Amino acid sequence: MSNDILDMIKREIDSNTICLFTKGTADMPMCGFSARAIAVFKELGRPFKTVDILPDPRIRQVLTSVSNWPTVPQVFVGGKFIGGSDIVVEMYQKGELQPLVEQAFKSNPAAATR
Amino acid sequence: MGPDDLKKRIEKGIPGATARVEGADAHFGALVIAGAFEGKTRIEQHQMIYALFRDEMASQEIHALSLKTCTPAEWEREKESAPEPLSHV
Repeated sequence: MSNDILDMIKREIDSNTICLFTKGTADMPMCGFSARAIAVFKELGRPFKTVDILPDPRIRQVLTSVSNWPTVPQVFVGGKFIGGSDIVVEMYQKGELQPLVEQAFKSNPAAATR
Repeated sequence: MGPDDLKKRIEKGIPGATARVEGADAHFGALVIAGAFEGKTRIEQHQMIYALFRDEMASQEIHALSLKTCTPAEWEREKESAPEPLSHV
């Protein structure tokens, strides 16, 4: 396993209260599923980081082994994996995502200003 | 691999599961209702299904598999509020 990639992934997850691993960027998603997850977090209005997995195929390989999740996007809130686009959209529609996100920012106020 | 193959594998792999699968060209959506989901998180429920297609997803034979999972009790409630369960696919 590529350790520099693993370190990068861990650093992004730890230093961003909301971290999305996506195909493409928040401004230019390259896949409908990534676009959907990004749209949900834009709607929530809290700062979030997107990490584009496309430039280096190793990112996806390492990420998949970290989360035991085969698809992209992958969403982390408060350092914890919460799911892919289906779960995020469903949680949002059921009103479960917002409290989770607010709780994550409350317990990690420093990250909110980054 | 077509929707029927996915349906068969899910219903064989998860005892007691009922699956509805739509899609083609390596992009699929599945609604899966199973008592085996009881007490599991959504992540764990989805992982149970992804695990059945590990090779196909790694090889990109299945590029996307959109999932909705319910326990039978959740499905009873869901049916009333969402008559068209696969509309998100």
